[in-house]
Amino acid sequence: MTKVTMTVNGRQVSGEVEDRTLLVQFIRDKLGLTGTHVGCDTSQCGTCVVHMDGRSIKSCSTLAVQAAGSEILTIEGLARDGELHPVQAAFKAHHGLQCGFCTPGMVMTAVDMINRYGGALDEKTVRENLEGNICRCTGYHNIVKAILAAAAEMGAGRQAAE
Amino acid sequence: MYATNYHRAFSVADAVRLKGSGDETKYVSGGMTLIPTMKQRLAAPSDLVDLRHVAEMKGITVSGATVRIGAATTHAEVASSAEIKAACPALSHLASLIGDPHVRHMGTVGGSVANNDPAADYPSAMLALGATIVTDRRRIVADDFFTGLFETALHDDEIIVAVEFEAPEKAGYSKFPNPASRYAMTGVFVAKSAGGVRVGVTGAGSDGVFRHSGMEQALAGNFSPDALSGVTTDPADMLSDLHGSAEYRANLVNVMARRAVAAAT
Ligand SMILES: Cc1cc2nc3c(=O)[nH]c(=O)nc-3n(C[C@H](O)[C@H](O)[C@H](O)COP(=O)(O)OP(=O)(O)OC[C@H]3O[C@@H](n4cnc5c(N)ncnc54)[C@H](O)[C@@H]3O)c2cc1C
Ligand code: FES
Ligand code: FES
Repeated sequence: MTKVTMTVNGRQVSGEVEDRTLLVQFIRDKLGLTGTHVGCDTSQCGTCVVHMDGRSIKSCSTLAVQAAGSEILTIEGLARDGELHPVQAAFKAHHGLQCGFCTPGMVMTAVDMINRYGGALDEKTVRENLEGNICRCTGYHNIVKAILAAAAEMGAGRQAAE
Repeated sequence: MYATNYHRAFSVADAVRLKGSGDETKYVSGGMTLIPTMKQRLAAPSDLVDLRHVAEMKGITVSGATVRIGAATTHAEVASSAEIKAACPALSHLASLIGDPHVRHMGTVGGSVANNDPAADYPSAMLALGATIVTDRRRIVADDFFTGLFETALHDDEIIVAVEFEAPEKAGYSKFPNPASRYAMTGVFVAKSAGGVRVGVTGAGSDGVFRHSGMEQALAGNFSPDALSGVTTDPADMLSDLHGSAEYRANLVNVMARRAVAAAT
C-alpha cells in the first residue's frame, strides 16, 4: 500500500491505496465522491472526466499514484455557496440531460472547453471537443446548446468584470 | 488490473536506474495506451516508472529550422504550440486529431512513437519529416526506428528523450479516422523539403507505418494532387480487418495522400 496525498476540490486529502488503484476508484470509494461515474472499460465514454491541474482527464485511465501531488477538481467541486456553476445551470435550463449518467463527465468537459476557448466557442468546436464523451440519451443537441449558452454567459461575465 | 509497483522518476538517469526495480518494469508516460492495456490484463508490468515528471523530457524548442519536441510533451501541447504552428502546421493538425481532448491532455509524443501502434498518427509524421528519435544513449533516424507492428529499434530499458526534425518547406496530413476508435484507418503525412518529398502512411500497411516510394517519386517532379492519379498501392501490402478490406485501404491511401498534398502549407 502507498500513501497518496492530493488536493481534491480545494481540500487536501490522503489515503492508502494499492499502486494499481485507479484515480476514479480513489475518488469514489475512498473519498465517497460518487458524482464521477464509470461508464466503460475501454477508456472511451468520458463519464469519468475530472480535471487534474486544470485539464480534463479520464480518471478511469489514470492511477491514483500518478495523480499524487496534483490538484483534482470533480463535479462536486463546481457549485459555490449552494449556487450551481453556470455550466450546470445551463444544462438544467437547456435540458442537456435525460438519465444524467453522462452528465458529470459532460459538465467537466464543458468547463474545460470553456477554460480553453472562452467566448470564442462555436458549435463545430463544441462538437469536436465532445469526441471523448458518449451520451446514450440526448442526441447531443441540447448538450451543445447548453455549452454554447454557458460559454456566452461566462464570456460576458468575464468582460463585465474587466 | 494485476498488482504493480509505482515509481516516479525526476530525471532520465533516475528513470533508467528505476527500470531495474522489478523483473518486468515498464515506463509509463501519459498512460493512455498502457493503463487501458493493463486494465484489460493484456499487459502486467511488475513495476511502472513514471516519466511525466522528468523536466528534461518536456517542452518544445525551435532553433533556426530545427524543431525539438521533448518526449513527455503532450498531444495537446503540440497541437496548441505557437512554435509548432509556425514551423510545421501539419504536425499541430495531426496532434489535434488524436483521440479526444482528455487523451490529448495526457498522451505524449514519446509514448506514441515508442508504442508504434500500426494505427497511431505520429509515426507517419516521423517518417515523412525524416525525424530523428533521440534516446538517452543515441540518435536513431525514423527510417531505422519503426521495425514492424508495435516494434521499434529501442532496447528494453532505452528511453526516448525527444524527437527532432528540420522544418519542411511544406507539409500536410490527412486522416480517415475509424468512426468508433478515432485511430487512423489510414493517415498520410506528406512533407516537401530541399531534399525531396517524403510520404509516410499509417493505419493501412500490414507491417505498420511505411514510406510510399511511388508517391514520393511522383510528387518530386510535381507536388500536386493530380500527380498521384496514376500511382497505385498494392492491396497485398495492406491490412484487412472488420473495419475495411485491403482493397478499400489501398484506395484510401491514395485519397488521403491527395488530400494531404492539397492541404499542405
Ligand atoms: C480513447 C483513446 C483514443 C486514442 N486515439 C488515438 C488516435 O486517434 N491516434 C493515436 O495516434 N493515438 C490514439 N490514442 C493513443 C494515445 O495517443 C496515446 O497517448 C499514445 O499512443 C501513447 O502515449 P502515452 O504517453 O500515453 O504512452 P503510455 O501509455 O504511457 O506508454 C505507451 C508505451 O510506450 C512506452 N513509453 C512511453 N514513453 C516512453 C519513452 N519516453 N521512451 C520509451 N518508451 C516509452 C511505455 O513503456 C509503453 O509501452 C488513443 C488512446 C485512447 C485511450
Ligand atoms: S469510464 Fe469510460 S472513459 Fe472512463
Ligand atoms: S443523459 Fe443519459 S447518457 Fe447522457
